[in-house]
Amino acid sequence: MPEHELHLTVGSRFENVELVQAAIDEAIAARGADEDARHWVGLAVREAVANAIKHGNRQDPDKRVDVAVLIDSEAVEIAVADEGSGFDPSTVRDPLAPENLFRTNGRGIFYMRRFMDEVSYGSTASGGTLVRLRKRFAAERTNGQGP
Amino acid sequence: MKIDKRVVGGVSVLELEGKITIGKGDVALREAVQQLLAEGADKILIHLERVTTIDSSGVGELVSAFTTVTNRGGKLKLVNLPPKVNDILQITQLITVFEVYDTEAEALASF
Repeated sequence: MPEHELHLTVGSRFENVELVQAAIDEAIAARGADEDARHWVGLAVREAVANAIKHGNRQDPDKRVDVAVLIDSEAVEIAVADEGSGFDPSTVRDPLAPENLFRTNGRGIFYMRRFMDEVSYGSTASGGTLVRLRKRFAAERTNGQGP
Repeated sequence: MKIDKRVVGGVSVLELEGKITIGKGDVALREAVQQLLAEGADKILIHLERVTTIDSSGVGELVSAFTTVTNRGGKLKLVNLPPKVNDILQITQLITVFEVYDTEAEALASF
């Protein structure tokens, strides 16, 4: 049973990345997340919402991004859904490959996977992209503790 | 993001403060570097001590700035990385791309 739930729906404007991050930061800080966890979760959230706005909704101001947050004593789970036409994460290049190191984009999913414990991709009922992020608050993390 | 510009011994120093993130900070950095290049600058030092957050767009903009300046025969270096910015450059392996210095004096002397 989640101790806290938060739902946000924002328009496809980059300034709303800030809004979503601030809301989630306040929610997890209130539940005892430390400064490091807040920083890395915040960065992952920013990437998920920015991707939804940029690649999912293609900055169409009429399309929205839905963010659902569940927080309990163990973890925060964040689901970010867009109104785009879907996305296959396996098509994304490895940003650490030498031939990609100088690319100016393509690091957003890498950020999310690095900073969160779990990241998964799916589709919404209308065919948009749904990305789910999970970060445990407990000390024994296998991944996502920050670099 | 706030950007202060100054020139020290022929090196253009950009002091960044705040967030290098999508939509504003990344654009501000791009414009600042483009302006320096338009003014003929070929030695650029980016001072990152007061940067609090750098997202993937901000990292991309740093890479773009580095590539643009290098391709024009110039040099772009970084100084005073805060721990979390350093972490980001480490995990993206871009720490191997940039010349990074701990102090401005060291950085200026390296040009």
